[in-house]
Amino acid sequence: MAILTYLEAIRLAMLEEMEKDERVFVLGEDVGAYGGAFRVTAGFLEKFGETRVIDTPISESAIVGAAIGAALMGMRPIAEMQFIDFIALAFNQLVNYAAKSRYRWGGGVPIVVRGPAGGGVRGGPFHSQNPEAYFMNVPGLKIVAPATPLDAKGLMTAAIRDPDPVIYLEHKFLYRRIKQEVPDGEVVTPLGKARLAREGRHLSIVTYAAMLHVALDAAQKAAADGIEVEVLDLRTLLPLDEEAILATAAKTGKVIVLHEATRTGGPGGEIAALIAERAFESLDAPIVRMAPPDTPVPYAPSLEDFFLPNAEKVGKAIRALYEY
Amino acid sequence: MNKPPVEQLSRTQRVELYHSMKLNRMVEERLTKLYRQGKVVGGLYRSLGQEACTVGAAYALERGDIFAPMIRNLGALFVRGGKPRDVLAQYMAKAAGPTRGRDLNVHYGWLSEEGSMPSLISMLGDMVSILTGAVLAERMKGRRTVALNWIGDGGTSTGAFHEGLNLACVQKAPLVLIVENNKYAYSTPTARQTANTRFVDRAVAYGCFGEQVDGNDVLAVYEVTRRAIARARNGEGPTLIEADTMRMRGHAEHDDMKYVPRELLEEWARKDPIERYERYLIESGVAAQSDLDAIGAMINRQLEAEVAFAEQSPPPAPESGMSDVYADHPIQPPTPPLVVEWEARRGRR
Repeated sequence: MAILTYLEAIRLAMLEEMEKDERVFVLGEDVGAYGGAFRVTAGFLEKFGETRVIDTPISESAIVGAAIGAALMGMRPIAEMQFIDFIALAFNQLVNYAAKSRYRWGGGVPIVVRGPAGGGVRGGPFHSQNPEAYFMNVPGLKIVAPATPLDAKGLMTAAIRDPDPVIYLEHKFLYRRIKQEVPDGEVVTPLGKARLAREGRHLSIVTYAAMLHVALDAAQKAAADGIEVEVLDLRTLLPLDEEAILATAAKTGKVIVLHEATRTGGPGGEIAALIAERAFESLDAPIVRMAPPDTPVPYAPSLEDFFLPNAEKVGKAIRALYEY
Repeated sequence: MNKPPVEQLSRTQRVELYHSMKLNRMVEERLTKLYRQGKVVGGLYRSLGQEACTVGAAYALERGDIFAPMIRNLGALFVRGGKPRDVLAQYMAKAAGPTRGRDLNVHYGWLSEEGSMPSLISMLGDMVSILTGAVLAERMKGRRTVALNWIGDGGTSTGAFHEGLNLACVQKAPLVLIVENNKYAYSTPTARQTANTRFVDRAVAYGCFGEQVDGNDVLAVYEVTRRAIARARNGEGPTLIEADTMRMRGHAEHDDMKYVPRELLEEWARKDPIERYERYLIESGVAAQSDLDAIGAMINRQLEAEVAFAEQSPPPAPESGMSDVYADHPIQPPTPPLVVEWEARRGRR
């Protein structure tokens, strides 16, 4: 057992897989000599050499393209987007090559594209985004978004070993803010399986990544008022754990879907539609989506704090839904 | 191991080059007939007049080398072991096609020790970095595999082309990139793609080798590609080859290409790569006209069988498209699950 930060857990998972499997390598901007903008790959170059830790030009399309090509030849590349906002520059490689390759001609693309996502760190419009919804409409991709160090390690290990392309969203707000005991050695969290983070009977919050902690905070405060909130941590956004979502909806009959991606076309719409289709008769109230408004992520603390969901806002929604 | 310099090519090898170019053209002539009969489901993209820069280049590859053709590099598939029946079935969207009706024409690929062909996609330029990654992977395994990729004059305008070639050059990746300057990207002439239509100049900009070649001379294409492959295998990095050629048909068969001056087509018709190579083979005594006629007749017989095979293949079963999106689980068919559940419950209500 070791107490690891979220960032250390990600790093350790990659390190251990690289030690175990020589097919695993990393590439990206400043991942080698500098150890990554957030130091996630610090020490990798010294340990594995420049053949397996490749500093690339500022070329997200080529980074993901090269990862795809290497994966087709039997490797297990991990491509870093320095900030996940830059994944937009690799959109075509991901959407038109990686996602469709197995279906079209049988060429499986076992790559992990990882990078820091999310706001709350005053990063402004281009260093704070949550791009999961862009990719949820792309059959062939998998998307994971861990909320805890344990899952960060387990989901990274599973993502590297997965036979298909996985977008691994690291919430940068969590990097060094949360710690958890993580068992030594292999931890594998299966993709596509949600985790019940807190049990409750009055209403459910379905969430993931940094918003899990907002939900747990709000749930704890609500408990003082006798409201028992269940919290489901999705962990994987594609494919969604439909059974877990439906189970909690059926159990409490009242659901808040909470995420940091903006509202319109966000993951909440899909989750709400799933519940409406499959658990309609269990519902005792409208499904509530809690998400930032449809604006870019602003820079000024006053603007960003207004933009992001927090425990206070979620607490109000809990109270309103409880009383519905 | 590399292929021999052009002057050391045997008589058999010279005839093989002819066979591959002729097969390339004759498959497309068959496809044109099938297209006019309405049997080609999608568009038909001809490589008429460009067979030399495909076949000559592909012929310079060795066992294990990787290649990614574009749609007008059909002949490369046949040089590297692809079968006409596969291409025919692809065009006709048949279950027997390598993608089982999921994708079209030469949009397929294979992975093998003999030499992989990662499937192209429609978005030009993406293959440059994909092939770069493929040979970087080979280098990690301690192999000296080379990759050959074609791009068009239009494809050089994409960001993916720039990013891919730049990465390849920084990494000194064993990549050979042929810029097939066939003068038009759909209706857009090269002068509207770039202010500098000397594509070989790009090599200077990226810091790799650059060569220009008469793209309608199959032996010249072979030799320049062979040299580039030898350099790449020797660790000297990428080469950009500008091949001068002409697209003799429209972008696809629906395109009447009124935008191409008649004189330009007449000029290039006189430079047809197959007729030109036939004259060379006969004049140099490599083959007699009767030998060439026999090759044509043999291909014709082969294609009769290949077309019959593809035509007889059924279309893919509608539900067969639900698998292989992911390795570990199938996709649910589109019937709304609710409807199924309601039907199941109807009796109980």
